[in-house]
Amino acid sequence: MSRSAAAATQGLVRLPVWRARFVLAALVGAFAVLASRSIYLQAMKTDFLQEKGEARYSRVLEVPATRGRILDRSGEALAVSTPVKSIWAIPADVELSGNDQRKLAALLSMSGPELNSKLSDSRDFIYLKRQVSPDTAGTIQAMGLRGIYQQREFRRYYPGGEVTAHVVGFTGVDDVGQEGIELAHQDTLGGRAGSRRVIKDRLGQIVEDVESIRSAQDGADLTLAIDSKIQSLAYGALKSAIEHHRAKAGAIVAVDVRSGEILALANVPSYNPNNRTRLSGAQLRNRAITDVFEPGSTLKPFTIALALETGKLFPHTIVATAPGRLTIANYTIHDSHPAAGLTVAQIIQKSSNVGAAKIALGLPREAMWDLFNRIGFGTAPELGFPGAATGRLRNFRSWRPIEQATMAYGHGISVSLLQLARAYTAFATDGELVPLRLVKTGSVAKGEKVLSTDTARAVRAMLELAVQNGGTGPRARVMGWRVAGKTGTAHKLEQGGYAADKYLSSFVGFAPVSAPRLVLAVMIDEPSAGQYYGGVVAAPVFAQVMQGALRMLGVPHDAPLEPIELPGEGDDAREST
Amino acid sequence: MAKLNLLLLAVLVACAIGLVTSQHKARKLFSNLEREQNRARELDIDYGRLQLEASTWGLHQRVEKIATGTLGMRVPDPRRVRIIPKEQIR
Repeated sequence: MSRSAAAATQGLVRLPVWRARFVLAALVGAFAVLASRSIYLQAMKTDFLQEKGEARYSRVLEVPATRGRILDRSGEALAVSTPVKSIWAIPADVELSGNDQRKLAALLSMSGPELNSKLSDSRDFIYLKRQVSPDTAGTIQAMGLRGIYQQREFRRYYPGGEVTAHVVGFTGVDDVGQEGIELAHQDTLGGRAGSRRVIKDRLGQIVEDVESIRSAQDGADLTLAIDSKIQSLAYGALKSAIEHHRAKAGAIVAVDVRSGEILALANVPSYNPNNRTRLSGAQLRNRAITDVFEPGSTLKPFTIALALETGKLFPHTIVATAPGRLTIANYTIHDSHPAAGLTVAQIIQKSSNVGAAKIALGLPREAMWDLFNRIGFGTAPELGFPGAATGRLRNFRSWRPIEQATMAYGHGISVSLLQLARAYTAFATDGELVPLRLVKTGSVAKGEKVLSTDTARAVRAMLELAVQNGGTGPRARVMGWRVAGKTGTAHKLEQGGYAADKYLSSFVGFAPVSAPRLVLAVMIDEPSAGQYYGGVVAAPVFAQVMQGALRMLGVPHDAPLEPIELPGEGDDAREST
Repeated sequence: MAKLNLLLLAVLVACAIGLVTSQHKARKLFSNLEREQNRARELDIDYGRLQLEASTWGLHQRVEKIATGTLGMRVPDPRRVRIIPKEQIR
């Protein structure tokens, strides 16, 4: 027993102590390595690892934003964005059978070789065609072609077409405004695309919304002051007049006197904003706002108004205008209807250049400049419209007497049609210049007093006389409403001189005279079918549009409903500026 | 002690099942929401398209052309029009 026990004890190998310690140390060391690695992963690299993990299931999606619509004052759409598809391809992945290739080319309305050349591009991403209709996109989708993909985009449509083209403008292919209101109000119209993070399952379906990184902001709708019925009427009347008189171009502006809102603004030639291939600069120009011209006689009422303000002249004061000519330095001013003497009112009625020039020469240069400046000539209207013209009003210190005389009847000064229409609001109200707006406000505009009430009323009466028989603009009258206005027939400036046979016919006026509601300015550039007087070319457009617009606005009649008797083929409309 | 442990185990299992169920319900509701939101977007787009169509059909030149051409209508003579001011309507 004891032997065997001793044997067992002897059988135990006496291991050296250091071996046990070594194993222990190795184990502790291994644990230390593991622990430090886990600390490193958990504490130091945790962000990176979590990100990698999330990337397996979470996705950031873009939330598209729609561009705001542009509406007319009654809510009719003038510009709307609708989604369309763009077809794009990864050229290296595309394998087309001959049949598919022909079909695709036909759907994209391009020739076979054209499609092939696009697909042989070495880039990774090419647009085959942008903005195709949903139907075409659907057909292409159904063909299930490899390497050909679709992307949703927005396309802007303009139902108003050429009628509202100049006001509304248009956007480029990237849905950013390039012209007109689309450009001016890009900030509010253009939405901001948002993005959000979601969790997707294996099938690609969204199972959870993690966070909204940035919420999408749709562009705000914009309601314009434009009344599309009046706009359409104005454009139609202007266009047919321009065709009839074989004119180069023309523009028309209608302003609501009470609110300063622009109810219509049209230009001819125009363009179709939905199809902008082969556009010329002439078509794109918004003449009413961006072009300036020498207005001619339509400026005379302001000279007369200033003379009345000084208190030296009255509407019935007689000004000697014999013999219908006035020579200053070596320049002679002519009258079309020479008379020995005309009252101040008759100077407007007969559009006498000599009379206006004589009155102007009796006025201080500074006062004349001051009035022109106050009624907004030489400063761009605050309209928030790109490219609004300032016109040209030279400093009075550099005026020579002849220049002061010609400026009295609208030469040597240039304005835009819009500035002219705005200036006439001073006669339509009791001397208040109404600020113009293109965006609907619905409020009454606060005008700036530029003429005394008495003067404004006196000139208004003279302007009404100018459209009676015996004046230069009887064709501007309409049945049922009293009309006032002034004709203009200016020679065009060309290479430093006045062209003898190129005219710019205009008419600016307002109605109804008892409580003016609408100011309408018409300008027709180079009528070349024989007639060119403002009273013959522009006044009928004014009458046609005014008649329709007053009816549409429901303005009460203030004149007897009798047919208008025109002076026949008289030469009353004749005027030389 | 063992009884308490068993009870706690039962509570734990119940909670776990509850969590799974509610998570499932939440996902289901969410996918419904997603579907409805998509539908709303589609409808909005449709609305825009219809509005576009409406203004194309209702274009003033077109209305006028049809009125004067096909329907033989015309603007009444101003003498046959009575304008009633707003104040009188009330």
